[in-house]
Amino acid sequence: MPESTLLAAAAGAAAGALAVAVMLVLRRLVVASKELGTDAEQATYQTLHLASRAAKHLRGGIGEVDATRAGRHLRALLGCESLALVDPAGGVTVEGDEAVRAVAGRLAAEADASGRPQVQRRIRIGVGDTARETDAVAAPIRTDGRPAGAIVAFAAPVRAGLVRATGEVAEWVAAQVELGELDASRAALAEAEVRALRAQISPHFIYNSLNAIASFINTDPAEARELVLEFADFTRYSFRRHGDFTTVAEELRSIDSYLRLERARFGDRLTVTLQIAPEVLSTVVPFLSIQPLVENAVRHGLESKEGGGRITITAGDSGAFAELSVEDDGVGIDPTVLEAALAGGAPGEHVGLRNVDARLRQVYGDEHGLVVETNIGAGTLVRMRVPKSQPGRMAASAESPRPADGRLER
Amino acid sequence: MNPAIGYTAIVAVALASALIGFYGLRVSRTTSDFYVASRRVRPWWNASAIGGEYLSAASFLGIAGLILLTGSAALWFPIGYTAGYLMLLLFVAAPLRRSGAYTIPDFTEARLESRWARRVTSLLVIVIGWFYIVPQLQGAALTVRITTGLPSWVGSLAVAVIVAVVVAAGGMRSITFVQAFQFWLKLTALAVPVVVLLLAIGGGDPPAQLTRADAFPAAAGPGSLDVYRTVSLMVALLLGTLGLPHVLVRFYTNPDGVAARRTTVIVLVLLSVFYLFPTAFGFLGRAFAPDIAQPGQADALVLVLPDRLIPGPVGQLLTALVIAGAFAAFLSTSSGLVVSLAGVISQDLLGGSVRGFRIAAVASSFVPLVVALATESTGLAGSVGLVFAFTASTLCPMLILGIWWRGLTARGAIAGMTTGAVLSGAAILGGASISALVPEVRPFLEQPAAWTVPLAVLVTVLVSRGDRRGLPRGTDAFLTRLHVPEPERR
Repeated sequence: MPESTLLAAAAGAAAGALAVAVMLVLRRLVVASKELGTDAEQATYQTLHLASRAAKHLRGGIGEVDATRAGRHLRALLGCESLALVDPAGGVTVEGDEAVRAVAGRLAAEADASGRPQVQRRIRIGVGDTARETDAVAAPIRTDGRPAGAIVAFAAPVRAGLVRATGEVAEWVAAQVELGELDASRAALAEAEVRALRAQISPHFIYNSLNAIASFINTDPAEARELVLEFADFTRYSFRRHGDFTTVAEELRSIDSYLRLERARFGDRLTVTLQIAPEVLSTVVPFLSIQPLVENAVRHGLESKEGGGRITITAGDSGAFAELSVEDDGVGIDPTVLEAALAGGAPGEHVGLRNVDARLRQVYGDEHGLVVETNIGAGTLVRMRVPKSQPGRMAASAESPRPADGRLER
Repeated sequence: MNPAIGYTAIVAVALASALIGFYGLRVSRTTSDFYVASRRVRPWWNASAIGGEYLSAASFLGIAGLILLTGSAALWFPIGYTAGYLMLLLFVAAPLRRSGAYTIPDFTEARLESRWARRVTSLLVIVIGWFYIVPQLQGAALTVRITTGLPSWVGSLAVAVIVAVVVAAGGMRSITFVQAFQFWLKLTALAVPVVVLLLAIGGGDPPAQLTRADAFPAAAGPGSLDVYRTVSLMVALLLGTLGLPHVLVRFYTNPDGVAARRTTVIVLVLLSVFYLFPTAFGFLGRAFAPDIAQPGQADALVLVLPDRLIPGPVGQLLTALVIAGAFAAFLSTSSGLVVSLAGVISQDLLGGSVRGFRIAAVASSFVPLVVALATESTGLAGSVGLVFAFTASTLCPMLILGIWWRGLTARGAIAGMTTGAVLSGAAILGGASISALVPEVRPFLEQPAAWTVPLAVLVTVLVSRGDRRGLPRGTDAFLTRLHVPEPERR
């Protein structure tokens, strides 16, 4: 009976997995009990553990959600009955007895005003039958000398130890909030770096294109008009302000405009081959990340080669990734020169490649940088591998349609 | 049956699929076609591709076989398989496309901000994929045995090897066109024989083997449906479609949510047309080939009927066409599944490298092969139906609640998926032994979806409710992104 064989196999596998899991848990328990140490050591471990658990929720400031999560650990750390975290705007998050919410704001404001931990005895909390009296200690949280909120611990009675501990915890919380601010400014810096690296349209290209267009104005006005519109398309895409990401399809469209302008200069000497898998067209990529590769191929690969050459652009589907490559059969690049350029040496040639490489590494991590295969006289192949799944990033949508000049439906 | 026809048809389809896969992309375009190349996949193409990937052995062979065996109850299968896309259209297609996630595990991680939720989802996706491939391989075994006389394992092995090699060698790079081609091949391979057979028997030759009353007895009609089983089956099929890994990946090819919806509508139309033909085959079988109405045999109905009704070269030609269509079904569904499974496995276990993808592709075709060789098929439509029940009880609650309920937390999702997996898994694997002991529960174990899905949803909701602190921070931003339509693109 194959059915029963399968069943037995499944049951066996499940039992095996369970046995392994039980063994692992037992082993962990045994190891843990051996290493626990003295009571004092255990208390230290416990405190550090609670502090580290609370820390990760404090990095984003004392917002409501984070405060709720951190409050639990902080209350355990202080061993008080109830704990309130008050943010600078006066919002109160209570962990423990909700009745303290009413007085927490006032206590926090007083502590903030004095700048030191304040103890208040016999505060009435609650209403009606459940009303009772309790003690409280409030400590201000200050970052860079500015108030960042306050922490209020309720216990009956408040002992000197708790007052001291609350003050220390408040300072520790302040340090965490500052660290969080540091993280945020580091992320902002990285973002600014990506923006600053956003490829710039090259002045050479503008100059060359305008010259090429000028040469057509008398001989072939229709072509000149086409080229001016193409130039407008290309610059509008390149100069757009919003969004750091785009789709492969948009990027290809801009490459099309770019190549039309270049072909006005090159004529038949420039051939382009495309191999595009339609599945990857919707993939999100950093804004202007493929066009500079094509520009690099034209300017450094084919411009100085006699008789022009061929550029091959491929976009392929590879599981959860999209593979994009730009290849030319031009003069190639000296690998040592290229290495120096990519490593960020003197800004000179290949600044476009370095720029794209740096942005890809910044956004997707070091394993997603550009891969360049080249040698002198052997042409150049530049590849990149981008994950398809980027739920955190959205391609900025195409801008408003062009004025109706009949060129919309090409 | 002449084995030469079988060999020729099988080899031809295998070659055609591999060639389109490898060279479909190599059709180079010159610059004048730039705009064409950067044009996104049209909803029609994508819908055909989804249809090609979706129509598996269960649809191509299984439905006709099941109609032959059980009568009108089997009609619920094509209805459910198609209507699943209605649920997809209403609840999932557009928001999922807008999420920017490529696979279900990606979606889970982005929505719930939890590595553990992602791991559980990945595991389920892999298990579902493997068990969905098994019936494809069993269908191949059956087809090879009936049409060439070779032993069954040859068919399973051949499909597994072809799929593993093609996917691992990167032959699925322009998968949309391969799958779209497979859909139209499958449709033709069933539609042409049905039309020719109907024309032939319309002339009264050969005569039906059973009278109308014997072939279509009232006992097998819609009047005698078991309500519980039907409802449970519909729950499984309607909701199971939502979680199929290979189908959701295809929606990523759509440029935006609107195109995703349009694609789904076209898929609905295409599937509705397609399912007319296996159904017609089933009815013809009841009247003209009642002798093969045995479990394990009935699925071959589509393969043997043309030759029986029209002996001679025309019948052989039709048989070759049907065999080709059947192999297209096995290959396309399995390769679509292997591609998405390999993506999930390589990303979660092997670091996302190209080499990892290859290893994962081979692994995801050979594990199902072992299972297919170790077990005997009792009915293709039925076993695929069980995979749908498992999907409906595990991934579907997480997906729907993830898209439509802001209260979902990682712990809730994990608890719900585990509950669904354990309950429906136990019912599917252990159903036979348990119902041997307690016969009363047999229907509940054979069609578990009607109770496992609500339980999984209930557990998800209750655990999430109790875990309010666990609400992901980015919930509001993410849900806004899912539900706000994109600005109009040109």
